[in-house]
Amino acid sequence: MALDQSFVGRSYPPTDPYEVGREKIREFAEAVGDANPAYTDAEAAKALGHPDVIAPPTFVFSITFQAAGQVVADPRLGLDYSRVVHGDQKFVYNRPVRAGDRLTVTSTIEKIRSMAGNEVLDIRGDVHDQDGEHVVTAWTKLVARAAEEA
Amino acid sequence: MTAKISYADVEAGTELPAQTFPVTRATLVRYAGASGDFNPIHWNERFAKEVGLPDVIAHGMFTMAEAIRVVTDWVGDPGAVVEYGVRFTRPVVVPDDDKGALIEVSGKVAAKLDDHTVRVDLTATSDGQKVLGMARAVVRLP
Repeated sequence: MALDQSFVGRSYPPTDPYEVGREKIREFAEAVGDANPAYTDAEAAKALGHPDVIAPPTFVFSITFQAAGQVVADPRLGLDYSRVVHGDQKFVYNRPVRAGDRLTVTSTIEKIRSMAGNEVLDIRGDVHDQDGEHVVTAWTKLVARAAEEA
Repeated sequence: MTAKISYADVEAGTELPAQTFPVTRATLVRYAGASGDFNPIHWNERFAKEVGLPDVIAHGMFTMAEAIRVVTDWVGDPGAVVEYGVRFTRPVVVPDDDKGALIEVSGKVAAKLDDHTVRVDLTATSDGQKVLGMARAVVRLP
């Protein structure tokens, strides 16, 4: 069943702040095998002009995807999450995420399309820090594959 | 450490050093924990096959995280990335053995843009198949 087009443009309330911890950044950098010292050594990060260790470019997805869960799980939207795959992902950064940031995400449904029985949902997540400054925006395209005919 | 590459040194067509990133089941379990994405298609072969996949597949976001390393290792400063986007065109299938799969990534400067930025186009393949489409990053260089 096609998703309700009236959801396009709808924004969800900002999430509770997520505090970015330096050990969480280290854990993520180790999980992707990235030894860049900017992720773990505050002095190395400062030498690059950052006030503290920074997170790898895709780290923020963990936070924006959790926020997008509000949209995905909205029973009024009626998305069948068991059929959802991640189609596209894009980030536009104002600055890197760094340790100590307290980030809130505002999710907005940008587009809903039906293509060959698949439902394609574009969700924008605008991420702001504790001072209200924009840090990064994440665009996530989710594709709910058509259910097989019974 | 400072940014290793300056805007003046770069031309359209400049190739970035290519890299190969291994991924095993253990890598995926570790990434699941670090990212909070515990979808069983990334660690449970029975579940993956039930939903029509050939086997356990890597998180798309894991592949995306590896691919940008070709850019961040080249630039030195990961904070130089101002834009990064990909399309997940094909899954990286990760067999249950000690070797796992390989993700091969190369990059090339596609264009010099305004404001000391350049666009890098990335190519990522696994088992000879392209796994990312439209993989592009914009980085700001000194």
